[in-house]
Amino acid sequence: MSMQWLGWLVAFPALMSLLVAACGRWPNVRESVSVATAALLFAGIALFIDPVTSGERPSLTLFEVLPGIGLTFTLEPLGLLFALVASGLWPLTTIYAAGYMRGNEEHAQTRFFVCFALAISAAIGIAFSGNLLTLFIFYEMLTLSTYPLVTHHGDVESRNGGRVYLGILLTTSIGFFLPAIIITYLITGSITFDEAGLFGEAGLGVLGAGALYALFLYGTGKAALMPFHRWLPAAMVAPTPVSALLHAVAVVKAGVFIVLKLTVYVFGVQFLADTGASELMMWVAAFTVLGASLIAMTRDNLKARLAYSTVSQLSYIVLGATMASSFGILGGGMHIAMHAFAKITLFFCAGAIYTATHRKYVSELDGLGYAMPITFTAFFIASVSLIGIPPMGGIWSKWYLMEGAADSGHTAIIMVLALSSLLNIVYLLEIPTRAFFHNPRPDTPRSWHEAPWACVIPLSITAAGCIVWFFYPLPFLTLLAPWAP
Amino acid sequence: MSLASIADNFFGLFNYWVVILLMMIGFYTVISHDNLVKKLIGLNLFQTAVFVFYISMGKISGSTAPILMSGKGSEDVLYAHPLPHVLILTAIVVGVSTTALGLALVVRINEAYGSIEEDDVLEADFETQEEETEEEAERMARAEARQERESAQQDHDDGREEEDDDRETRS
Amino acid sequence: MIEAFFAQMPALVIVLPLLAAPICVLLHRGGPSWFVYLLTTWACFALAFLLFVQVKIGGPISYAMGGWAPPFGIELRLDALNTVVLLLVTGIAAISSVYAKASVAAEIASERAYLFYAALLLCFCGLAGITVTGDAFNLFVFLEISSLSSYALIAMGSKRRALLSAFQYLIMGTIGGTFLLIGIGFLYMMTGSLNMADIASRLPAVADTRTVEAGLAFIVVGTSLKFALFPVHVWLPNAYTYAPSSVSAFIAATATKVAVYALMRFLFTVFGAAYAFDQLPLGEVLLVLSVAAMLSGSMAAIFQTDVKRLLAWSSIAQIGYIVMGFALASSAGVSASVVHMVNHGLIKGALFMAVGAMFWRLRTISLNDIAGLGRQMPITSAAFVVAGLSLIGVPATGGFISKWVLLEAVMEPGHYWLAAAILVSSLMALIYIGRVVEALYFRERPEGQPPVGEAPVLMLTATWTLVLANIVLGLYATPLIGAAERAARAVLGAGS
Repeated sequence: MSMQWLGWLVAFPALMSLLVAACGRWPNVRESVSVATAALLFAGIALFIDPVTSGERPSLTLFEVLPGIGLTFTLEPLGLLFALVASGLWPLTTIYAAGYMRGNEEHAQTRFFVCFALAISAAIGIAFSGNLLTLFIFYEMLTLSTYPLVTHHGDVESRNGGRVYLGILLTTSIGFFLPAIIITYLITGSITFDEAGLFGEAGLGVLGAGALYALFLYGTGKAALMPFHRWLPAAMVAPTPVSALLHAVAVVKAGVFIVLKLTVYVFGVQFLADTGASELMMWVAAFTVLGASLIAMTRDNLKARLAYSTVSQLSYIVLGATMASSFGILGGGMHIAMHAFAKITLFFCAGAIYTATHRKYVSELDGLGYAMPITFTAFFIASVSLIGIPPMGGIWSKWYLMEGAADSGHTAIIMVLALSSLLNIVYLLEIPTRAFFHNPRPDTPRSWHEAPWACVIPLSITAAGCIVWFFYPLPFLTLLAPWAP
Repeated sequence: MSLASIADNFFGLFNYWVVILLMMIGFYTVISHDNLVKKLIGLNLFQTAVFVFYISMGKISGSTAPILMSGKGSEDVLYAHPLPHVLILTAIVVGVSTTALGLALVVRINEAYGSIEEDDVLEADFETQEEETEEEAERMARAEARQERESAQQDHDDGREEEDDDRETRS
Repeated sequence: MIEAFFAQMPALVIVLPLLAAPICVLLHRGGPSWFVYLLTTWACFALAFLLFVQVKIGGPISYAMGGWAPPFGIELRLDALNTVVLLLVTGIAAISSVYAKASVAAEIASERAYLFYAALLLCFCGLAGITVTGDAFNLFVFLEISSLSSYALIAMGSKRRALLSAFQYLIMGTIGGTFLLIGIGFLYMMTGSLNMADIASRLPAVADTRTVEAGLAFIVVGTSLKFALFPVHVWLPNAYTYAPSSVSAFIAATATKVAVYALMRFLFTVFGAAYAFDQLPLGEVLLVLSVAAMLSGSMAAIFQTDVKRLLAWSSIAQIGYIVMGFALASSAGVSASVVHMVNHGLIKGALFMAVGAMFWRLRTISLNDIAGLGRQMPITSAAFVVAGLSLIGVPATGGFISKWVLLEAVMEPGHYWLAAAILVSSLMALIYIGRVVEALYFRERPEGQPPVGEAPVLMLTATWTLVLANIVLGLYATPLIGAAERAARAVLGAGS
């Protein structure tokens, strides 16, 4: 496998975005190009599965940005998993977006698809990054390329949402992440990801390491740890496909992926386990899990409820990282994939409901289940997967997370996870319950039916994915083999 | 310190005392006067002080002007250091051009405002600067409010949305 | 022949614009004068590049002006530090010369355009002269040449407020220049020399006298006035706001940097880092002032409604970054200063040019009047956004590299509070740039305003050249950092 491939894979969506822009006048061509790009990208990344699982670590340095620090791509299992999830869900999101954007007659669709492609490019760049500088460059590129998507409507509301979005993400990254990188560089003389961690001989005490770890985790604003989670609900002003992209495909997944990557390749699981430097952030994550679930229960706006649910679910992954056990990494890595499939289904459903009925509040969904059976069944499947009940894939990640908590001796964390599942039941299952078991509101016309096929097919596929991964979690276990028992 | 040494200190460094005095007078004039021409005069005094400073620097006690003498005894003549004089010629040129440019600006200001008092000019044009900034800010707020209203009207089922936003901000 | 030409290059950088200025006056017409200006600046840019390469390969160049050997004659001395600055000055001048034509045609009365170009050439000549000279008094003369012509240039602004702004700048600038003159006088008094290298070699013997200390103080205050360090910055916002667009772009990108260079030259080459920073507490003073400049400048920028004034206040903050770098007196600090000088020159040049292009269309540049321009002038607005991101310090732009090296330099000796100040100021930049971006993209055009088109191609080309330079330097900063490190070694090596 040629190393040059890595660079081309990152650049590919960005280059294709030019073609997308050029095809702006012919929507059908434009969308076909987008979907084809997405499929090709996925295929290109899939080519790396074999070499990486057999222990290869392909690496490519394009040029030196700063003396001694290059723009470097290195592929390792976690990155490959994230890249596969992101590029695998992208074609579905694109098909869905085409249906949604046309169904709602949105403006500036070309800009939308161009930014979409750029965002994927950035996400792949993050997944492949071989050092902290490369990671940071693509991290900010992801923030900036999604900003026009979040503010797509261009009105006052989306401007305010965009303000919070950009404000929090840029503030945390420039204010915390950048100094953290430079401190790491000054202490260790290197910012290249290393399987052994960078701080082995640095003699960093628990306080220093803990503070630096906190700086990194809060710097990764996309992981939405409280109190820097406000951008996620604020970004709800965006069209639904963007929310799906943000929540499932690229943005938040990039955040938690970075947390995992930092834990494994900068600090080292063993180092964190020995020093206990990640303890503090573990409690922060536990608090976020429960706090966000509680807030989600109070939200009537469907998308806002899902947003807080995401905040909560992300902290599962951060928990997995911070408990400093290889089971935790395994569980966290699995949850990236499982949550992606479940959450993208939920958002696709929310968007489909809005496209078909223009309703966006949970309390308005009474009795809609019979008008839109596929959508609400999919919603039900995804909810159950998130809660972590068999036979849905979500059980696996929760299983390994709990095992990790037990392994590292944090019994309280098991309680937190269990309690969070109960809260999930309350705020997620309410929606299919209302749809199927409540009587329709009097103002509901009989003529309502499913959203366009371009919306329904992707959400059926992702919902099916939730079930498939329960019976067949092998791909993830193979990829994450370095951390598997 | 005896009286003699104080006197020596004063008269021996007489030039430098004058330099400081001139400089302070010039500086004070620049700061305190409103009239732009007087400001320029102050600036000139300030510069002149520096000229005197340089020329004093080149003085060697018992020396004469640095004009090469010919004939008997010319080898014994002690000359003042000529280089500072030359330097200060350049500085004088700079000073003159500054004054010329300053005066040209004053003429233009007089044409534009009909006054050469700084206060008048400030009052005529610059005092309003802050008000303008405020006015602009208000205009901006108005424009934004209008846009906000319009977007609220466009979104028909927006009543609940706002409520939801409020709750969002409170939490 | 070629050899002879190479030997004369240091002088040509000054002589070319100095000769071209009267030619412009003689031509008496705007169009040909612009062409002369264009040719001269590009020729100087080429010369600067050749000199840069020559110094990189062969080490410092010393050129005896008129054949009079230093220390008695005037020496032009090129080393790793000033070739970088010279490259910046000539580069910005060359690109802004492309930009100037349309902008000048719109803002300056056509019968005065040739004088405008003559003054611009003189200003350029002065800045180039400050950079290349190795003679303290000569530096003063060039500083006054550039200042005098910039007073005149600023006074040519289209509003009558430009006149008083120029006058105020004249008063402040002359006081600054005179202070510098006094400082040089004190040094001359103690060492009997005006050649910088010569002064440096004689200074240690008399370093403990009050005269030398006073000389240092006068020089620091004098140059600070010229580059508008925090408490003596009041002239800058008005001057930049009311100057013609092309002048704002050129002066904002170069003049302050060159004055900072002059101070660095005095502190490191003449006085030596050990004397200025170890024996005297100059470093601490400058650090405090630079933090004050960064925070107060950024804060003031947030509350501006005139975009040019906003950028001017931001310049005051950015000068804080540059001063902070060399005030650390470490190798990393000095090279961070040099890196940010270059990057800020490119960023501010691009921003002022983008704003100038909007002014060219609208004749006003308040946040209200540019509202909604993102859709009508997409190329210009995009240039502003990218350059603005660079100012904030987003990765893959030059501004990020500046932040990186500067943070590294301040954190290495453990000055975490300085790092915090840098970050806070960057985030304030996010706010004030964000205000402009929101006005451009999220607001409707004001009522009753006719739709406008893009700016002329030449203006856009110049603006985007600088913007792209920003991105290139952000992704591939190794050469710039290498040059900055050589510069730091050159000045610190000479001082110790």
